[in-house]
Amino acid sequence: MTVLSDEQSAGAETWTPVCRVDQVPLAAGVAALLDGGVQVAVLRTDDGEFHGLSNIDPFSGAAVLARGIVGDIGGVPVVASPIYKQNFDLRTGRCLDDPDVRIATYPIRVVDGTVHVGVR
Amino acid sequence: MSRTLVVAGHGMVAHRLVEALRSDDVDGTWRVVVFGEETRPAYDRVALTSYVDTWNPDVLALPGAEYRGDELVELVLGDPVESIDRGAKRVTTRSGRVQDYDALVLATGSRPFVPPVEGKDLPGVFVYRTIEDLDDIRAAVERARQRRGRPAAAVVGGGLLGLEAAKALRDMGLSPHVVEMAPRLMPLQVDDGGGGLLNRLVTDLDVTVHTGTSTSAIAQDGDRLRASLGNGTELDIDLLVFSAGVRPRDDLGREAGLELGERGGVLTDETCRTSDPHIFAVGECASVAGRVYGLVAPGYSMAEVAAATLLGREASFPGADTSTKLKLMGVDVASFGDAHAATEGSLEVVFNDAVNGSYKKLVVSDDATTLLGGVLVGDASEYNLLRPLVGGELPVDPAALIGPAGGGGGDAVGVEALPDDAQICSCNAVTKGAINAAIHDDGCDGVGAIKSCTRAGTSCGSCVPMLGKLLSACGVEQSTALCEHFTQSRAELFEIVRATRITTFSELIAKHGTGKGCAVCKPAVASILATLGNGHVLGGEQASLQDTNDRFLANMQRNGTYSVVPRVPGGEIMPDKLIVLGQVAKEFGLYTKITGGQRVDLFGATVDQLPQIWRRLVDAGFESGHAYGKALRTVKSCVGTTWCRYGQQDSVGLAVELELRYRGLRSPHKLKSGVSGCQRECAEARSKDFGIIATEHGWNLYVGGNGGAVPRHADLLVSGVDTDELVRIIDRFLMFYVRTADRLQRTAAWLDELDGGLDHLYAVVVEDSLGICDELEAAMAEHVANYEDEWKGVLEDPEKLARFTSFVNAPGAPDPTIAFETERDQPVPVMLGVPEVVSR
Ligand code: SRM
Ligand SMILES: Cc1cc2nc3c(=O)[nH]c(=O)nc-3n(C[C@H](O)[C@H](O)[C@H](O)COP(=O)(O)OP(=O)(O)OC[C@H]3O[C@@H](n4cnc5c(N)ncnc54)[C@H](O)[C@@H]3O)c2cc1C
Ligand code: SF4
Ligand code: FES
Repeated sequence: MTVLSDEQSAGAETWTPVCRVDQVPLAAGVAALLDGGVQVAVLRTDDGEFHGLSNIDPFSGAAVLARGIVGDIGGVPVVASPIYKQNFDLRTGRCLDDPDVRIATYPIRVVDGTVHVGVR
Repeated sequence: MSRTLVVAGHGMVAHRLVEALRSDDVDGTWRVVVFGEETRPAYDRVALTSYVDTWNPDVLALPGAEYRGDELVELVLGDPVESIDRGAKRVTTRSGRVQDYDALVLATGSRPFVPPVEGKDLPGVFVYRTIEDLDDIRAAVERARQRRGRPAAAVVGGGLLGLEAAKALRDMGLSPHVVEMAPRLMPLQVDDGGGGLLNRLVTDLDVTVHTGTSTSAIAQDGDRLRASLGNGTELDIDLLVFSAGVRPRDDLGREAGLELGERGGVLTDETCRTSDPHIFAVGECASVAGRVYGLVAPGYSMAEVAAATLLGREASFPGADTSTKLKLMGVDVASFGDAHAATEGSLEVVFNDAVNGSYKKLVVSDDATTLLGGVLVGDASEYNLLRPLVGGELPVDPAALIGPAGGGGGDAVGVEALPDDAQICSCNAVTKGAINAAIHDDGCDGVGAIKSCTRAGTSCGSCVPMLGKLLSACGVEQSTALCEHFTQSRAELFEIVRATRITTFSELIAKHGTGKGCAVCKPAVASILATLGNGHVLGGEQASLQDTNDRFLANMQRNGTYSVVPRVPGGEIMPDKLIVLGQVAKEFGLYTKITGGQRVDLFGATVDQLPQIWRRLVDAGFESGHAYGKALRTVKSCVGTTWCRYGQQDSVGLAVELELRYRGLRSPHKLKSGVSGCQRECAEARSKDFGIIATEHGWNLYVGGNGGAVPRHADLLVSGVDTDELVRIIDRFLMFYVRTADRLQRTAAWLDELDGGLDHLYAVVVEDSLGICDELEAAMAEHVANYEDEWKGVLEDPEKLARFTSFVNAPGAPDPTIAFETERDQPVPVMLGVPEVVSR
C-alpha cells in the first residue's frame, strides 16, 4: 500500500514528459504510460489547471479515469469514473462518494509547453 | 379447521373480494371456492373495448386472477352456480357439483338489457358485455365484409355502454348508427347542452346518431337485417348490437327467496349482507341499502367491505360517488355530483364554447356558495379539481372555475381549498386527508411513494397530477433542478438553449448556471445541443461533455474495452454484410454475440482499435448503431407480409424506413421501436417507446412502452393510419418527448408523469392543441436532413482521430491492464487485480 500525502509536487524524483499542453483538451484528460507500466490520468480543468491521478478506477479495476468527465462538486474539482460514476478529487485523489477510498496522485509540471508527470 | 366461502361469479368485483380476503386472512381461516360462468378468469371488463386493438385477451387479464400457488383458493371456471339451498347451506352448479358453504358471496354482475323488440333474437343481433360477445361481433363483421366489402351496423343505446360499443365498431372500420330513445346521448350523465355538443363531436367521427327514437322492429332481409325506428327511418344493416343498459343478475337470490331491491338487485345492508346472514352480495348484482351501482369503483369498495366483514372486522359501505370521467371515441365526457340540477333552488353556470368544442356546466346551491355537481364535455381537464369540491364551499366565483378567463379550475383554485375528506383518487377511494397523512406521517416524498403507500394513482392514473400538487402544497419540494449546477429542469434548459441558440456548454453554464458542471449536467446538455443540431457530437468542446459511451462512440465494458454495434436497420441484413462482421470480429479477436435488438455486437475492442474497426465497417456500408447513445437504438421488425402467411402490411419495410429516419436522434433516454406485421406481435412492439402493429386498415401506433426494469405496455395512440400520417405523428411524438422529458426518463415514465397523461399527449400531437405541431415536424425534418454517420465523422477528422489512443505518450502501446481468457471458444475479459495505488 502506498500512503500518500496531500503535498503534491514536493519530493518527486523522476519527471516524464508525456505530451504537449494542447493535446489535453480543457475539462478532459488523457492517459500516460510511465516506466514500470504505471498509468496516469493527466486531467485538465476548464480553466487550464493540470492534475495527475492514477488512471485505475479502484471500484472496477479498469484503467479508465482519463476518460471520465471533469467538473466540480460543491466547488471541489473532480473527475467522475466512466464506469460507475464515483467522483474523485483531482487535488487529493480522495473519493467523494466513499471517504475510505483514495487513489494515488501524481504531480504535473509544464515546461516550455510540454506536460511532465512526476513520480516520487 | 377453516371455513368455506363460496363465491358465485368471477368478475372484477369477485376478484377484488378474493384478493382482499386472501391478503388479510393471514391465518387462513377461510378456504375459498369460486365458481365462474365465463370460461376465463376475471378480466378488465372496463377496458373491454380496447380488446379490438389487439384481439388478444391477455391484454385484459387482471394480475393474480388465477390465484396460482394459493392452495386456499379453488377457481372453477365455466361452471355457474344454478341453485342455492339456504337450509343446507349448499350450492349446486350446472355440472352437478354440490358445494357446502359457511358463507356465500353473490358476485354475478349484470346482464345486458335487451328491450322486447320484435326480431331481437335474430342471428346478427348481439349484446356487448364479454370477450366472447366481441369475438362474435367480429366474426359477423368479417362474414359481412366477405359478402359486401363495407358492412353496416347499428347500436341500440346511446349511453355509456352504447358509445363503447360504437367505438368498438368504429375501431373495426365500420361507421355505425347509434339509436337512443332519450333526446340526447348519455342521458344519465349529461344535460341537453352537453349532449348536443357530444352529438356533434361523435357525428364528426363518422357515427350517425338517431336520438329521440326507439327501435321498433328488426327483420331479416335476405342475408342482411332491417331495423325500423319509431320515427319511420329504416336502417339496412348487417349486424345490430344491443347496448342499452344492464339489469342486475339477481335470479339466484330471487329463486332462493332473498329480499330484492325495489329496482332489482339482491338487497343488502351497509355490510353487503343479504336478508340471509350467511349470504352476501357485491358488485352490480347487489342493491346496497336499495341502490344498484353500475360502475366498478363502488363494486370494489363493496368487495373490501364484505371481505372485512367476513374476517370479523367492522366495515360498512360508505355509499359511492357515481361521478364518471370517460374518454369515449376520443371525446372527453365527465359528470359529477348533481349533474342535472335536481337540488331544490340550485343554479347553473354554463360555459359553452362551440368553436373549440367544449361545454362546461356547474350546478351550485341557491346562494352560489356550494358546488353541487357539473358536466364537462369536450374538455374535462378540470374534472379532477372540481369533483372533490362537491358539497364544499366554493373558494372562488363559480364562473372563474370553468370560464376561459380564469384559465380553468386548475389555476383558479388550489388544492389547499379542498376539504380533507375530498376524494382525490376515485378509483381507489383515497381522500386528501389520507394522502396528506402519508406525506406527513409516513414521509412520502414523491408521487411514487404515495402510490405504494396509499394506492392512490395506481389505477386510471388521472389523479396523478393532483398528487404532485398535494406534495407541493405540503411543502415537499419536488426539485426539478438538474443538479447543483443548474436550478432548471432538463425541459427548461432545452427551451433556453432552443430560444437563445446558445451552442456551447461554457456559455450556458456561465449565463444560466453556476460552477463548472459535472457528470450529470454535462451529458444532459450535450444531448440537448446534439438534438438541436450542433455538428458532430465530438466536435470542439462537446467531446468533453459526453458520457462514457458517447465519448468514444462505443459501449465501455467492465475492463475498459469497448463493444461495437453497427446499425442493421430493421434487423434485415445481406449475407455479404454478415460475412464482413465475421471477418472483422476474427481479425480483431472480438467476442461476438447477437443482441436482443436484432443485430450483432462485437466486444473487446481497445480505444485505439475502434477507428480501425470502423474503417472496415464503414467501407462495407455499415454505420454507427448508436448502441452507446441516449438516442434511437433499434426498430425491431417481424417478417410481415414479406414472408409471413399472417402478415397484414410490410413491417420490415416500415421498420427500415423508421430506423433510417430517426437514427442519430439524441433524446433524454434511449428510444426503441418495433413494427409487427399483425397482432400476433412477433416484434414485441408494445414493449417499445413507440411500437407499430399492422392491421388490415393500416397501422396502429402505440407509445410509452418499456421492457427493462419496470416493464410497461405501450398505449394505443392512433389506429388504422396510413404510413404518411403515422410518420407525421411519430415525428411529433418524439420531438415533444425530446423537448419535455427529464434527464434519463424513458417515454414510459414520461407519459406516466405527463399532466393529463395519454389524453393530453393525444391532444398535443394529434389534435395540435398547443399549436406546436408544425414546429415539431420542422425540427424533425431538420434532424433527418442533417443526419451524418458519427463513426465516419471521426474517420474523416484527424483531430478527433487523435483522441482514440490508449496512451498520449505511447500511441499503439497495448494497455497492460487488459487481458483476455477463452470461454466457449471466445475471448472474455480477465481483470488483473487493482495495482497498488489505492489507500483505504
Ligand atoms: C447488448 C445488449 C444485450 C444483449 O447482448 O442482447 C444490451 C446491453 C446493454 N444494455 Fe440493454 N442491451 C440490449 C438490449 C436490451 C433490451 C432488449 C431490446 O432492446 O429489445 C432491453 C429491454 C427493453 C427496453 O429497453 O425497454 C434492455 C434494457 C436495458 C436497460 C433498462 C432500461 C429500462 O428502461 O429499464 C439498461 C439500463 C439503462 O439504459 O439505463 C440497459 C443498458 C445496457 C448497457 C448499455 C449497460 C451499460 O451501460 O453497459 C449494456 C451494454 C451494451 C454494450 O454493447 O456493451 N439495457 N437492453 C442488447 C443490445 C441491443 C442492441 O442491439 O442495441
Ligand atoms: C363495455 C363496458 C365498459 C365499461 N366501462 C366502465 C367504466 O368506464 N367505468 C366503470 O366504472 N365501469 C365500467 N363498466 C362497468 C364495469 O365493467 C362493471 O361495473 C364491473 O365489471 C362490475 O363487476 P362485477 O364483478 O359486479 O360484475 P361482472 O364483471 O359482470 O362479473 C360477473 C361475473 O359473474 C358471472 N356469473 C353470473 N352469474 C353467475 C352464476 N350464477 N354463477 C357463476 N358465475 C356467474 C358472469 O358471467 C360474470 O363473469 C363497463 C362495462 C362494460 C361492459
Ligand atoms: S407479427 Fe404477425 S406478421 Fe409478423 S411474423 Fe408474427 S405472425 Fe407474422
Ligand atoms: S382516480 Fe383513477 S387512479 Fe386515482
